[in-house]
Amino acid sequence: MTAPNSEKKIGSPREPMSERPAAERVRDFAEVPVGYTPDQARAEASRCLLCKKPQCLAGCPVGIDIPGFVNSIAEGRFEEAADRILLVNALPAVCGRVCPQETQCEIKCVLGKKGEPLAIGNLERFAADWKREHGGRTLPPVPQPTGRRIAIVGSGPAGLTCAGELIGQGHAVTIFEALHKTGGVLVYGIPEFRLPKAIVQDEVDRLAARGAGVVTDTVIGKLETVDELLGQYDAVFIGVGAGAPMFLNIPGENLVGVYSANEYLTRTNLMRAYDREHADTPILQSSRVAVVGGGNVAMDSARTALRLGADVVYLLYRRSRAEMPARNAEIHHAEQEGIRFNFLTNPTRILGNDTGWVAGIECLRMKLGEPDESGRRRPLPIEGTEFVLDVDAAVIAIGNRPNPIVPQTTPDLQTTRWGTIVADEATGRTTKERVWSGGDIVTGAATVISAMGAGQAAARDIDAYLAAPEPRPWRPEPRESPGDGQA
Amino acid sequence: MNEILKKEVIAPDVVRLVVAHRKLACKAQPGHFVILRVSEDGERFPLTIADSNTPQGTITLIFQVVGKSTALLAELAEGDTILDVVGPLGRATEIQRYGRVLCAGGGIGAAPLYPIAKALKEAGNQVVAVIGARSKNLVILESAFRAIADEVRVATDDGTYGRRGFVTDVIADLFAEGRTLARCWAIGPVPMMRAVCDLTRAAGLPTTVSLNPIMVDGTGMCGGCRVIVGGEVKFACVDGPEFDGHQVDFDSLARRLATYHDSEQRDHEACRIALTRPETKD
Ligand SMILES: Cc1cc2nc3c(=O)[nH]c(=O)nc-3n(C[C@H](O)[C@H](O)[C@H](O)COP(=O)(O)OP(=O)(O)OC[C@H]3O[C@@H](n4cnc5c(N)ncnc54)[C@H](O)[C@@H]3O)c2cc1C
Ligand code: SF4
Ligand code: FES
Repeated sequence: MTAPNSEKKIGSPREPMSERPAAERVRDFAEVPVGYTPDQARAEASRCLLCKKPQCLAGCPVGIDIPGFVNSIAEGRFEEAADRILLVNALPAVCGRVCPQETQCEIKCVLGKKGEPLAIGNLERFAADWKREHGGRTLPPVPQPTGRRIAIVGSGPAGLTCAGELIGQGHAVTIFEALHKTGGVLVYGIPEFRLPKAIVQDEVDRLAARGAGVVTDTVIGKLETVDELLGQYDAVFIGVGAGAPMFLNIPGENLVGVYSANEYLTRTNLMRAYDREHADTPILQSSRVAVVGGGNVAMDSARTALRLGADVVYLLYRRSRAEMPARNAEIHHAEQEGIRFNFLTNPTRILGNDTGWVAGIECLRMKLGEPDESGRRRPLPIEGTEFVLDVDAAVIAIGNRPNPIVPQTTPDLQTTRWGTIVADEATGRTTKERVWSGGDIVTGAATVISAMGAGQAAARDIDAYLAAPEPRPWRPEPRESPGDGQA
Repeated sequence: MNEILKKEVIAPDVVRLVVAHRKLACKAQPGHFVILRVSEDGERFPLTIADSNTPQGTITLIFQVVGKSTALLAELAEGDTILDVVGPLGRATEIQRYGRVLCAGGGIGAAPLYPIAKALKEAGNQVVAVIGARSKNLVILESAFRAIADEVRVATDDGTYGRRGFVTDVIADLFAEGRTLARCWAIGPVPMMRAVCDLTRAAGLPTTVSLNPIMVDGTGMCGGCRVIVGGEVKFACVDGPEFDGHQVDFDSLARRLATYHDSEQRDHEACRIALTRPETKD
């Protein structure tokens, strides 16, 4: 591929995506960025240099042909662009919205060396949305059935991706989900204003249309064990995520008005508590909310609190802004919307009134010391700096642990001391024969796309394993990482 | 699956449903609960499994209509399907041979107590059952308990049936009679469980209670069900619902149960506590 006018493109500005004004959007749960118009998308796509050795590819955990789909957009073939992405990514409308492209593919884009990198995420979103709204409903062809049956446990991005790949290989797939709805964090955690649920449903429906069996309301380990699944299926993939909320373990955490981010977001998103007129699930109408944490989950909780009608939302983070794990764009959105950031602030106690409701949160100022194991500077308390913020609710968003039910009920499935399942990084093979695993349950809380990458890698290994002649040895074998296969 | 095969009103506003669910019927053990959802806009709420029948592939649910969700559930007829039934959740009761055991049920709490008492009997224990209710017409499952227990005593608050008084009065009678008891299970409204625990603590009788705090997922994912037991935070849906009653912080439980109660916006949230607050009918 050649790159015409590459001089002009280097240093050219990125096509901005319009967003709804902060004052308007904090009053509802509709999406914040509105997406590119076809003209904007073509203009942005035309900035791509179509590099001979595209650097961006190495940044994509599932190996999307980035220059390929971008070129299709530039030339106006939008559906073709979407189909190119769909070859390796079953959830492009999701990834286009929530992937941290700025630290994955875009950071590698050569345009970024002398200006702004290509807006790969925005273009991915455009292509996927265009196909959903205007494109044909054609589904990728399903090959001759292999007669093999695979059980997928958990319907988050890891499980859905694994299922999609396996269907594409001709296997029969059944997805088991504990909740009444599929999608994992995409439906219960990430809010509507960042990822409309209809989009997730659409992507799940496409899988179902290609023949995936979906069984909701089924907690594996309780209703059926992994061993029982192994009796009925040729292989089992475990993608149960890291959904067990952590608390601060400070006094007052059991007061009325203290929520884990998971509960706060699940009530709002999965159970639609924000739709007070229709939904039966309640959520407190708080006026002053403290959110504790610095990741995407904390940003989502804070912005949700505003939309639920809070007058003041504080975000308390014990390090400084530079250490915040949340995506920059989300921090920026939260700032625009008026979230009050308190950096270097650590809660020490939640105060209650005489009826047991939250009445305030006591915090201590921190300073940064030497870097810890994570490489981030360790926050240290500054004695005597206690102060109290007047709040009537607190949302704890300091992280999630692996879901313990499957590991606890599955003998021979080795776990780490953090409770994550031990699995080979390249193949997803666990210590238990015919059981693969991937996503947050293996890595601890991470990202949508890394979970998808793990689901894809496992599916390819499951396919290879099932095709191999008997007896098939189980030791996890070294294998190319999924990104390499595509590059 | 989830089809209602039989529906009966067994006391005013107390309904028994027999629900088809082959896998659940196989797996359900005493102490387990399910999470239900009745309509698309409905909430998820827990009910303890009151009985299960493996050969017939059914589970039994007994509940009191106390709010919108239980009212919706009670509106379903035989032949209808419950939208979502998830389980069996929670840890099963530790059934062992203890000797003579006391099973105390207050109000609708007799329903989750019944499978436990039955299993304890089958494991070779002598079972003394005490069931309490506000009034005679609210006494439930008496004959079921009579069929499995060595002794059944009934108390009603208004004295219309059995001994006049509370479950705790009957337990005090048993202590006064010098009955030796190895263990106690107490299930009912929070004040009842608290009162029983105060009595049995003084008597040195180990007591297990079954807590039913507000829940969303029932799988350890939201932390909404957290309770304080022995000074530690526990998630009732995965660490319980049964706990050592002498260690439970009932004050904190009662306050958290009232979270959506006191805020006028959502009084129908009451349905969540169907099993723990039978007095707050209507
Ligand atoms: C609020 C929030 C915001 C986030 N924002 C971003 C973001 O902007 N960008 C990004 O890349 N990542 C984000 N993440 C992280 C990302 O969502 C996760 O890394 C990703 O969803 C992990 O995928 P998974 O498939 O491993 O697990 P999950 O998405 O957690 O899915 C696991 C599924 O398994 C089900 N399950 C659990 N136990 C069982 C069982 N025993 N039987 C059957 N089913 C079971 C669960 O109900 C769930 O549906 C965010 C996370 C949260 C919580
Ligand atoms: S590195 Fe940037 S310019 Fe080069 S192909 Fe990838 S997106 Fe296009
Ligand atoms: S109900 Fe959500 S953690 Fe127990």
